[in-house]
Amino acid sequence: MNTIPKKSFVQKWHVKAIIWTVIILALFIASCVMTGVDVGAFLTGFNQFMQIFYEMLKPDWSYVPFTIQPIIQTIQMALIGTLIGSIVAVPFSVLAARNIVTNTLVRGVIRFILNLVRTLPDLMLAAIFVAVVGIGPMAGVLTLAIFSFGMISKLFYEAIETIDMGPIEALTAAGATKTQVVWFAVLPQVYNHFLSYFLYTFEINVRASTILGYLGAGGIGELLQRSLGQFRYDRTAIVVIGTFIVVVVVDTLSNQLRERLQ
Amino acid sequence: MTIKKTFWQKYEAWIWAAVFVLIYIWAFSGIPVTGIQAVAGEVTKSILNGLFHPDFSYVYTGDGEDLVSLLLQTLAIAFAGTLASAIFSIPFAFWAARTKKGGLHVTSSTGKLFLTIVRTFPEIVMAIMFIKAVGPGPFAGVLAVSFHSIGMLGKLFAEAVEEIDRRPAEAIIAAGGTQFDVLVHATIPAVIPEFISLTLYRFEIAVRSASILGLVGAGGIGAPLIFAIGTRWWPRVAIILLGIIVMVTVIDFLSGYLRKKLV
Repeated sequence: MNTIPKKSFVQKWHVKAIIWTVIILALFIASCVMTGVDVGAFLTGFNQFMQIFYEMLKPDWSYVPFTIQPIIQTIQMALIGTLIGSIVAVPFSVLAARNIVTNTLVRGVIRFILNLVRTLPDLMLAAIFVAVVGIGPMAGVLTLAIFSFGMISKLFYEAIETIDMGPIEALTAAGATKTQVVWFAVLPQVYNHFLSYFLYTFEINVRASTILGYLGAGGIGELLQRSLGQFRYDRTAIVVIGTFIVVVVVDTLSNQLRERLQ
Repeated sequence: MTIKKTFWQKYEAWIWAAVFVLIYIWAFSGIPVTGIQAVAGEVTKSILNGLFHPDFSYVYTGDGEDLVSLLLQTLAIAFAGTLASAIFSIPFAFWAARTKKGGLHVTSSTGKLFLTIVRTFPEIVMAIMFIKAVGPGPFAGVLAVSFHSIGMLGKLFAEAVEEIDRRPAEAIIAAGGTQFDVLVHATIPAVIPEFISLTLYRFEIAVRSASILGLVGAGGIGAPLIFAIGTRWWPRVAIILLGIIVMVTVIDFLSGYLRKKLV
């Protein structure tokens, strides 16, 4: 009875692990060839990289006053983008929730649209909106609205799918309409989740909005683009430091608020 | 007898609502709504028109500058960058992981601060710095993706290291094993599945960022996209967007499937 369990050949020689390693290595080598990875060029060019880095270590502090207004605009863009995105997300997330909408077709179509929206990177949306509405913070707001809509509607419908169905059944039994059920039984249950996700999305939008200006969509990114274009890396450093401070402050505040919500 | 509510309990929701409204009044005051171009409607119409008539001739031309080749290049940038960064992230993860209870965590805190700085450093700026170093092209994109990913992967890996079950490590120490034995027989086997799953997740993000790095000249599909947008060539924009959507969807699906199999 007391024998050691026998391992099959595949287990003993780690065949699966080896095959995966070989596949990954092959893909890695193929990727390196395709992208022209050249360690030598990297090592010789590394001085160039470090030189920019050294310039960044001597920030041009006199540039700080010029960054205040764009930073404020960045935060305002993120606030408005998050608000528009989440307001639009509410009806979509209700329609995408499995326990509210039983019609597979409606749900499938809505989820398909949401998935499509989520595949588009933020800077790409910014490039398109700058072409549509012109250079300025408006393009940034629209980008962030679409970007946060995709993200927040997924978080919202996942929250709705975890709610207690009791109140919904009670209201339906009492003859409430669908709208009344959503308003009085669904939304009160997910209210706190929604606020928490709203803050979380706001954090991500602040990060995203700091680079949107690179393509002309308003905010601090415009200074990033300008300073890089003028090879003023000491100013780029100020922009990066400013971004860092804003992100850390917003993250901390938002985390505090989210902890209170729970 | 009813329980009396304090002022704060009674009005808390209203006060928060007022703060919220005030913040938004301030926010809206800062964004000029007049910034919309007069031609916005026309542009939107031509975009929509273009989006319904994608330029299918661009899909494959065979000269290496077509959609399929550039999407493959984008994937290659993301793959090489993510894999390299996963390997480089491991030492950073052990630096930043807090594995002992109590006291000050100088090592762990400095590691976490370093990773936060790397994470917040804009990827676009990093790409431009690497373009200066190795010239424009996909290699600069690989470098940007791999350096930037260290910030996030290092943090996620560190959290994975912090969360592992420490009992196997104690058992090995109790049986007379060295710290090296602990690393090889307890820590690494415990974190590997988690590391692979996080790397796949990061790969999904890297595919998205690789597709926009071309906007600054770091290879991939971003360069023809920004060119097509700049010249208002909407059928071309449409086919590129379609290509990106298909690529990201397929990668998300594959990576999600592999991650589900891992856990």
